[in-house]
Amino acid sequence: MSKILIIAEHDGQSLNISTAKCVTCAQAIGGNIDIAVFGSGIETIAAEAASLESVARVIAVDAEHLSAPIAANWANEVLAIADGYSHLLGPSTTLGKDLMPRIAALAGVNQVSDIMAVNAPTSFKRPIYAGNAIIDVEVPAGATVVATVRIASWQAAATTGGGSVEVRSASSNAVKHTRYVGLKSGGGERPDLQSAQRVVSGGRGVGSEENFKVIYSLADKLGAGVGASRAAVDAGYVPNEMQVGQTGKIISPDLYMAFGISGAIQHVTGIKDAGTIVAINKDSESPIFEIADIGLVGDLFKIIPELEKLLD
Amino acid sequence: MKILVGIKRVVDYNVRVRVLADGSGVDTDGVKMSVNPFDEIALEEALRIRDAGNAEEVIVVSAGGDECQQQLRTGLAMGADRAIQIQTSEGLQPLSTARAFLKVIEREDPGLVLLGKQAIDDDNCQTGQMLAALWERPQATSASKLELNGNSATVVREVDAGLETIEIDLPAVVTVDLRLNEPRFVKLPDIMKAKRKPMDVVSLEELGVAIEGNLEIGHYAPPPQREQGIMVEDAAQLVEELKNRGLL
Ligand SMILES: Cc1cc2nc3c(=O)[nH]c(=O)nc-3n(C[C@H](O)[C@H](O)[C@H](O)COP(=O)(O)OP(=O)(O)OC[C@H]3O[C@@H](n4cnc5c(N)ncnc54)[C@H](O)[C@@H]3O)c2cc1C
Ligand SMILES: Nc1ncnc2c1ncn2[C@@H]1O[C@H](COP(=O)(O)O)[C@@H](O)[C@H]1O
Repeated sequence: MSKILIIAEHDGQSLNISTAKCVTCAQAIGGNIDIAVFGSGIETIAAEAASLESVARVIAVDAEHLSAPIAANWANEVLAIADGYSHLLGPSTTLGKDLMPRIAALAGVNQVSDIMAVNAPTSFKRPIYAGNAIIDVEVPAGATVVATVRIASWQAAATTGGGSVEVRSASSNAVKHTRYVGLKSGGGERPDLQSAQRVVSGGRGVGSEENFKVIYSLADKLGAGVGASRAAVDAGYVPNEMQVGQTGKIISPDLYMAFGISGAIQHVTGIKDAGTIVAINKDSESPIFEIADIGLVGDLFKIIPELEKLLD
Repeated sequence: MKILVGIKRVVDYNVRVRVLADGSGVDTDGVKMSVNPFDEIALEEALRIRDAGNAEEVIVVSAGGDECQQQLRTGLAMGADRAIQIQTSEGLQPLSTARAFLKVIEREDPGLVLLGKQAIDDDNCQTGQMLAALWERPQATSASKLELNGNSATVVREVDAGLETIEIDLPAVVTVDLRLNEPRFVKLPDIMKAKRKPMDVVSLEELGVAIEGNLEIGHYAPPPQREQGIMVEDAAQLVEELKNRGLL
């Protein structure tokens, strides 16, 4: 039987939804599911993790030097408790991408990146080439499975479970060679892109930081998160954490509305899991219309105010 | 200090990749191959560091068949001082690539290793982190700003929550994100000059690295197709359509 350890992601306050999604992936693998939470002052986060459906045990490693997610520190703690686990899973977020390969290398195995489906406990489906191909990947017999879970592919597990929590102290000291300085977030109180049910996005067509106000305004009316194309981020209209796509966030809202975005492959790969894609673009030849469920040719600066009026 | 830069040969980012009908791979026949876009950014950063007087030599390294010499030449034309090809005809996965890079590190003793944050073919996003772990050195992934201060560096990383700043001691592995810089264009005279720059070839066996523990890659499938969408005429129709679908 598989014995699965999931590395929890959190911001020091609460569990990130990516952890609940990893649990669902672990359920598809089948077997015993534990979660490791690293940080300092993490009782509530550990309790949240223990409440996820089918989680047996949460191992909470509490130490000051684990409060910032320095991969070298966290990897040491994972390896200290990894014995006996057949699977080590983390989310395919910037945290998991930073951490899990470090663990895989120390465990001497290759990593399976971005699990989108489980064929068997050691066989998975994952996207490559910006999602233009889906491959089956099999982990060799006897090797520990170290993997990241593509969170847009999985629903969050319910919070009806009742696992146990075991608090431990750290087994290694802080590495000296890496020091955490700080985090700067540009985003406001809008829903998080990776869990939002609705996302309104703007591209280069929005034209300026100032003009992005129309996108925020519509998003607020819809209770939506705000995304952007790389071109919009590069041009400085919005901060980097709003970038959607191959090298930004892969998202799966029920509704995605793209304004002034042409639909480059690298952008589209980030929204393929959306329930309904709406595209508004003034160029009827724009490739975004090839993948849109509902398309509207027109000027976004004319259409957004009309939409807002209709939504009132 | 020397800077090592990883250069991977990949299908150009403008190519719409297609899966072969028999599911054995993707169609690379006659397809344009390029330097992985992130690696161009890594190289650009290395060149700027050297040209600012903070490094003596920039070495581009690629692991693969002889065809990857083409991408190494591009790196030399951009301004790298010399190139190393880690020669292998077998498909490398990140763990073996990292092990091979570690051997090159042991030979060259660089102060900084710059890689892309991901290769856009396999989208693995692993090699730099693995290399740092095996080398027992710091890693800074997805860098959008890199500042050297003697024996350490301050790195701004693009993370899901925003911009994270960390400080790392050198030597270290830094993987670069898109907004770190804009790579220069290669000029014709530089391509000619690059032909005379040294290119060492060393096989995986000579480095003492055996490919072990590869994941087995089975069937390739095209991604699921979305259903054909509809076009609406105006904002009113759009709202009505969204209401009909229960989205508003
Ligand atoms: C390695 C690599 C990784 C990348 N990763 C990503 C990624 O993660 N995410 C990403 O988004 N991109 C990514 N890109 C960039 C991608 O290739 C495109 O360049 C980018 O997505 C284009 O952004 P855009 O659609 O906003 O801009 P453009 O392609 O310039 O499109 C702007 C659109 O706005 C429309 N428009 C203009 N004015 C109006 C108006 N008033 N009303 C309505 N429509 C209007 C135009 O018709 C046009 O279609 C990556 C590229 C590379 C090389
Ligand atoms: N075969 C290779 N040759 C040279 N560099 C490589 C190779 N494979 C990976 N890299 C480097 O590692 C980075 C990340 O690759 P990956 O882990 O495959 O996503 C790339 O951007 C390259 O800088």
